[in-house]
Amino acid sequence: MAAEIGTGPSGKLHRRAVVRALLRDRGRLLVIGGLGAPAWDITDAGDAPENLPLWGGMGGAAMMGLGLALAQPSRPVLVVTGDGEMLMGVGALATIAVQRPANLSVVVLDNEHYGETGMQETHTRHGVDLAGMARAAGIPDSRLVTRAEEVQALREALHAGAGPLFAQVKVDEQSLPLVLPPREGAILQARFREAVLGPKAHLQ
Amino acid sequence: MLRPDEGGRMSSEQPGDATAWPDQIYDLLKEHGIRQVALVPDAGHARLIRRCLADNAMRVVPLTTEEEGIAMLFGAWLGGEKGVLLMQSSGVGNCINMLSVAIAHRTPCPMIVTMRGEFGEFNPFQVPMGQATPAVLEAMGTLVRRADRPEDVAPTVDATLRLAFNTYRPTATLIGQRVIGAKTFGK
Ligand SMILES: Cc1ncc(C[n+]2csc(CCOP(=O)(O)OP(=O)(O)O)c2C)c(N)n1
Ligand SMILES: [Mg+2]
Repeated sequence: MAAEIGTGPSGKLHRRAVVRALLRDRGRLLVIGGLGAPAWDITDAGDAPENLPLWGGMGGAAMMGLGLALAQPSRPVLVVTGDGEMLMGVGALATIAVQRPANLSVVVLDNEHYGETGMQETHTRHGVDLAGMARAAGIPDSRLVTRAEEVQALREALHAGAGPLFAQVKVDEQSLPLVLPPREGAILQARFREAVLGPKAHLQ
Repeated sequence: MLRPDEGGRMSSEQPGDATAWPDQIYDLLKEHGIRQVALVPDAGHARLIRRCLADNAMRVVPLTTEEEGIAMLFGAWLGGEKGVLLMQSSGVGNCINMLSVAIAHRTPCPMIVTMRGEFGEFNPFQVPMGQATPAVLEAMGTLVRRADRPEDVAPTVDATLRLAFNTYRPTATLIGQRVIGAKTFGK
């Protein structure tokens, strides 16, 4: 299984292979995708009502995961986002650590660049250690992931409910073809809520 | 009558009027089934925050910056829970871009804002954002209502919660500094 998770030209993990592996046999997993490439990555793995791909709100993805995880404590919640997006709202790691949601995982696809805006370097390019920051904030299970076997272990962990969990996954920086999800926010929100709450979602 | 409260402010309101509104807000949060309370503290919200912290049916989430609260309320609504964001007027400035998330998705996003920088303010740094607060919120599509007398707070907050959850949008009650009392720093 781990052998299926390939690498890009740099030899680092291929971001879409990572996301496909994390979402395989996803069960009751709810997924929020940070704006830009991470939103395309979760869509590439298969658009689904239980996905909330973001088109904005840069810096907010992890906190959206927290609100969702608190509202749905019996379901695993995964936030897949970029290094730039995480850095913009990095205080959320402290807020999440204090709340300790067991069902929340935040996975940063760290290509060390702002991919969506033309590949400018982010702070992680210069050694900023996001997993270390998450650990220091008080998320004990904070991992740096660089190998396929670790991705498989991460997939098991985000279903285990022993979170909060943070992972910084070093991925190849190559830009990939766009795989666009719907971009009408009202539809994205309504289909997600209906998938989680049933038809009564619309009568709340 | 002048009387210091827990925020070191001087209030000229009658004790009954001046202290009832935070408890009334708490009662409204219960009535509307609010489960997640996101906040960056303000002295004007101190009593309400204490009430929420004492309630096991409410999850109080202190934030590092107010925009986290806008994002969190969106996540809460995705999962079927109602939330509210408590902050002072300067915090509104930290929320601006994140409000686009509530607008684009049509997310109920009620905010209860204690005003600074407007009525008897002592701190010059509170004035710019305090003065800009209603304009900034409205520019980002938020329905804004003000309460400038203690007896107006509860009906205004009630309307703000109803507008948010019945019509799917960000809404705000601004509680005037005259209601809260100006912080005097001992002067
Ligand atoms: C508040 C805000 N600032 C800047 C942007 C522009 N922007 C959109 S995506 C992006 C880069 C995201 O980088 P990252 O999260 O690392 O994702 P990547 O594309 O590298 O996977 C930026 C800067 C924005 N949309 N919102
Ligand atoms: Mg990046």
